[in-house]
Amino acid sequence: MGAKMVEFNGWDMPVEYPASLGGGIINEHMAVRTGVGIFDVSHMGDIRLAGPQALAAVQHISMNDASRLAVGQAQYSALLYPQGTFVDDVIVHRLAPDEYLLVINAGTREKDFNWVRDNTRQFDCAVENLSDDFTQIAIQGPKAVNLLQKLTDADLSAVKFYWVTRGTLCGLSNILMGRTGYTAEDGFEIYIPADEDTSARVWNEVLAAGKEFGVVPCGLGSRNTLRLEGKLPLYGHEISDTINVWEAGLDRFCKMEKPEFVGKASLEKAKAAGVKRTLVGVEMTDRGIARDGYKMLNSSGREIGYVTSGSPAPYLKKNIALAYVPTDYAAVGTAVKVEIRGQGVGAVIVPTPFYKRPKKTS
Amino acid sequence: MAYPTDRKYTREHEWIQVNGNSGTVGITHYAQESLGDIVFVETPKVGAELTAGKTFGTVESVKAVSDLFAPASGTVTEVNADLATSPEKVNKDAHGSWMVKMTLKDPRELDALLSAADYEKFVAEEAGH
Repeated sequence: MGAKMVEFNGWDMPVEYPASLGGGIINEHMAVRTGVGIFDVSHMGDIRLAGPQALAAVQHISMNDASRLAVGQAQYSALLYPQGTFVDDVIVHRLAPDEYLLVINAGTREKDFNWVRDNTRQFDCAVENLSDDFTQIAIQGPKAVNLLQKLTDADLSAVKFYWVTRGTLCGLSNILMGRTGYTAEDGFEIYIPADEDTSARVWNEVLAAGKEFGVVPCGLGSRNTLRLEGKLPLYGHEISDTINVWEAGLDRFCKMEKPEFVGKASLEKAKAAGVKRTLVGVEMTDRGIARDGYKMLNSSGREIGYVTSGSPAPYLKKNIALAYVPTDYAAVGTAVKVEIRGQGVGAVIVPTPFYKRPKKTS
Repeated sequence: MAYPTDRKYTREHEWIQVNGNSGTVGITHYAQESLGDIVFVETPKVGAELTAGKTFGTVESVKAVSDLFAPASGTVTEVNADLATSPEKVNKDAHGSWMVKMTLKDPRELDALLSAADYEKFVAEEAGH
């Protein structure tokens, strides 16, 4: 398609599509916020756990409470090291009473699979790496449901956010479709057979069906700006093996009332000891763009932390960032600075998420 | 893309159009296309001294930060203030959106730069890896 490609964790991925196809990060971003965009996210990994003790296995390795999931329901969660830091964040889908699908990140696929396998050996549960079996396409935006409905017999209006369904899609039977995404927008992620011909055919049929909605093919660049506006964490940035759950502010996905899971004991201690740094939203008040890795300074110019992700926000039309700072500096309204090319540039702590999609009445 | 023959080009993708002992500097069409949506242009103040081959400013797109390299040595006489508020003009017309004007210290420095035809070859190779 003439897209600008970049190597991302060993995958050749489009950063953005050419302007001639309606692409460019800003156009792609706006299409998802106001219409619909589609992403090839086949780099995501898939791990299936199935067997009589599948739930027990998931409960052991995942910080959220999978026992709350009905068949067809999904939840955001994370896999933790014993010290309470992140192996990865995941979406846990319950596909059948004793079958779960974990959708994981590209860069951590091998590590995640090995970690899941090694930490579930004591359970009567098969662990399979299905990462190469699926092409995953994300159809995102307020018009995503209208687009996808044209291609499937499944009743998508009945699928709530973070639920999945199966149906015939583009002539392929029993295709998994989840109302999930990484854009802070409504949308679906579909899992189709990974062979090249099928993948290309479905991609093209989705594009053709989306024409009336102004669908735009989207790359990694807009995926990043969209998730940043919604404060969705990216592994290696907001979460990593040196950042714990409390620091990352993912408390509501971590169910400490569960009797046990990997990382729980350390998290109890960390909470008792007090959380020293925390993830905050930052908005530039002076002219300048915060970027990943830039230093955070207090108002008198002393280094207090660092930016995990920073970018212009195309929909909000502001320069925003996520950063780790000491809790003393985390209050909304606190004046801070970001060091840009040696200069402290004015910024302020703001509420997050930066963007929240409007509530739908339907 | 046909690159204008009325100017010279750097391997870092700036152009300079020379008129007597003054030069007008911008970035190339190839540069703007590689960067994508440009959202920020930072240029030095009038009076700043530039050194050939050294950075003199910054261009940022949504995804990337890129240095500007001086095609020649000299003194900045004018900056295009319009780009501070409308940086996207560089995407629309890179060869018409100048960034700084400067007096040239040594016009012979320009001999080291590429002609339009050579630059075109250079970017074709760069794009093709």
